[in-house]
Amino acid sequence: MRETLLQINGLTKAYPGVVANSDVSFDIGRGEVHALLGENGAGKSTLVKMIYGLVKPDSGHMTLNGTGFAPQDPHAARASGVAMVFQHFSLFEALTVAENVALGMENPPKPRDLARQIREVSETYGLPLDPDRTVGGLSAGERQRVEIIRCLLQDPKLLIMDEPTSVLTPQEVEILFQTLRKLSAEGTAILYISHKLEEIRSLCETATILRLGKVVDTCDPREATARQLAELMVGASFDAVTREPRTPGAVRLAVRHLSARSPNAFGTALKDISFEVRAGEVLGIGGVAGNGQDELLAALSGEIITAADMVHFDGTPVGQQGPEARRTAGLLSAPEERLGHAAAPDMSLTENAVLTAAAREGLMKNGFLDWPGARSFTEKVIKAFDVRTPGPGTAARALSGGNLQKFVIGREVMQRPQVLVVNQPTWGVDAAAAAAIRQALLHLAAEGAAVVVISQDLDELMEVADRFAALNEGRLSDIRPVQGLTVDEIGLMMGGAHDMEVAHVEA
Amino acid sequence: MIHLVKRPQPSRLWTALTPLLAVILTMIVGGIMFAALGKPPLEAIRTIFWDPLFHPQFAAYSRPQLLVKAGPLILIAIGLSIGFRAGIWNIGAEGQYIMGAITGAGVGLAFYPLDSVIVFPLMVIAGALGGWAWGMIPALLKVKFGTNEILVSLMLVYVAEAWLASVSSGLLKNPEGRGFPGSRNFQQWEAGANTEVIAGTGMHWGVVAAFVAVIFAYVLLTRHIRGFHIRLTGEAPRAARFAGVNPARVVIFCLGLSGALAGMAGLFEVAGPAGQITIDFNSGYGFTAIIVAFLGRLHPVGILLAGLLMALTYIGGELAQLMLGLPGASIQLFQGMLLFFLLATDVFTNYRIQLGQGKAA
Repeated sequence: MRETLLQINGLTKAYPGVVANSDVSFDIGRGEVHALLGENGAGKSTLVKMIYGLVKPDSGHMTLNGTGFAPQDPHAARASGVAMVFQHFSLFEALTVAENVALGMENPPKPRDLARQIREVSETYGLPLDPDRTVGGLSAGERQRVEIIRCLLQDPKLLIMDEPTSVLTPQEVEILFQTLRKLSAEGTAILYISHKLEEIRSLCETATILRLGKVVDTCDPREATARQLAELMVGASFDAVTREPRTPGAVRLAVRHLSARSPNAFGTALKDISFEVRAGEVLGIGGVAGNGQDELLAALSGEIITAADMVHFDGTPVGQQGPEARRTAGLLSAPEERLGHAAAPDMSLTENAVLTAAAREGLMKNGFLDWPGARSFTEKVIKAFDVRTPGPGTAARALSGGNLQKFVIGREVMQRPQVLVVNQPTWGVDAAAAAAIRQALLHLAAEGAAVVVISQDLDELMEVADRFAALNEGRLSDIRPVQGLTVDEIGLMMGGAHDMEVAHVEA
Repeated sequence: MIHLVKRPQPSRLWTALTPLLAVILTMIVGGIMFAALGKPPLEAIRTIFWDPLFHPQFAAYSRPQLLVKAGPLILIAIGLSIGFRAGIWNIGAEGQYIMGAITGAGVGLAFYPLDSVIVFPLMVIAGALGGWAWGMIPALLKVKFGTNEILVSLMLVYVAEAWLASVSSGLLKNPEGRGFPGSRNFQQWEAGANTEVIAGTGMHWGVVAAFVAVIFAYVLLTRHIRGFHIRLTGEAPRAARFAGVNPARVVIFCLGLSGALAGMAGLFEVAGPAGQITIDFNSGYGFTAIIVAFLGRLHPVGILLAGLLMALTYIGGELAQLMLGLPGASIQLFQGMLLFFLLATDVFTNYRIQLGQGKAA
């Protein structure tokens, strides 16, 4: 047994209407890699915010190294040796790596010394980084390294990492893990937050599982199966996704040499993308976030207009048609961003159903809307996709992320599309609901639709897709059958490990 | 400590309540202001809100005035509100109002002294087109060059005022006016006059048009896909694009419609209550209509009520100037307060107050 570093005792934090953490207790040992596992909304973020001094607990206390620990703010937490790498980076794009690191330090050394220190730390831990480069030109993985190095320079006793792998390729993940293992061997404890079970099983020696704000179990993840962990997280067993047998039919969606500039100044241009999807087939498109996923969806939904013959639907060139025309023809889509893109936050679910279903579901005549009809269509979606909401009159923003996601996907699936393109269909959705959404996508394909699933969740793609390709800087890799594809191959398709090297593990 | 906590969804109760609350707060603070000016506050408030409708002596004159003043306010505010719903801020209705009056009156005067029933309808159409064209300038500049419609439409008000000054002492000057600036008076030419539909009520054709606009806007916004797309554009522009809305078309539609309605209001005014084009023909309806649109929660029925209320403060304000010697500026301040308090209380629609860490207050 390791010596205890941080002891958490009965932490409770309530927000109006929801208890985020209820009587949470567990210990983290010195040098331990400790996983904090739970679904979205289980209370993981609130807990780490309390440890990092961003949120004050209503009751309960913590001890660090045997003395009381109640940080008033992150400043105090850092002074006590607690560092945190957030999921969303807080870096200034126009400044250099060294300047960004200095901004996050309590007592930054002279620039020349700092640059030397950054080089030293980055070499020791296998995180190559040039201190003089501008952050704006770095990849997501490199930006994460800046954050990690900033933490390491302060010589932390406890390093908190919030979902660090969501922006990394499998190769980059492996290198990160080696760094973390090295840190652990040197005595730094790591609190690792994730919902990716395989990662936790390969990295962590202890896992505390949160469900609805309470600790449901503390176990050794290496001795449990992923399925056991998932059921602990969800609190119930759920049906695994099953594939119905299907035979690919005619080509429904064909993309030929699609190139398009991004409407967004910081977006990624699409470069010469070609693929075909047949009826009854699911094409999975992976890739690290920000490599053209949003732009690809927009080019297929009609939000980005391209040359006509770049996108073919059932043999007809539709590249110059807008979203409404494509939708009417049967080419439907669901973008990643739920609030503000797929749905209007302040509008009711009924109004949000009209948003895409008006023409296809016959919800208007001569431009006049049939509200009773829209309402019953909305009720059908709510029922079929188990959307938890008081009713179709509820504003979209009042729904939890997962429920709204079910509604958004359900709205498209219920319109019986011939081609459906979805981006991050189960992002932020609990495991049971995610399984239901994937099942619905597979069912749609079995009924003869062509489905394109764009996702950063490789497990998801392996589960639903027949063929796989990856987006990397706006280009699409070769398309390969999913069967027999190894994680290494997938990683290389995603662009490999953007010039990272393995940590020189000595311990 | 007082915190504002975002409501999970907008409160319907507060949406209806805030205009009333704003009126009450305006009365209280306005009363304090009148007291500070050395006028009896209760009497001043009564003179503004009560006497125009129920005073035994003045009501007979001021009641019809209510519709005369409310008509153009409502007509313009309806057009503005549709744009505001889409997040398109036409601040230059005053200019479109002036241009509508000029083009409408100009077409009318071109037929003078023809005595035909088609003259007045032609003037209305010309007025609408004039306002529409003036609204198209900021619309096209926004669509083509991405200019800000707030600035362009506002600055065009001053251009329109320059046109007004020019035509009233030039192109449209009454040849029989003994050299005074100002056009012929439409009240003295039956074919071109905007007459009362029901005598003695103040209900001229412009008021009828305002009521029609209220119904039209209500149907558009609640029943029609185009109205839905307008609301969607205002609430979530990316979602609107995803739904297939062409943002440029919405800009052109909204600025065109609000311009046309403001232009029509200008024509009804020049051919009716004002009677003629003069240098100071415009009386700020185009700006006051912005307050009316917001006071009415950008909702057609709300705008109808808000227009009547604002007309009341106009008439009551004039009465208070006459009876109590209140300065004219204090009435404008009073109207400004109304908008100020409305926007301030509006916070409660989307937020609720929480005291300390405890329960909601």
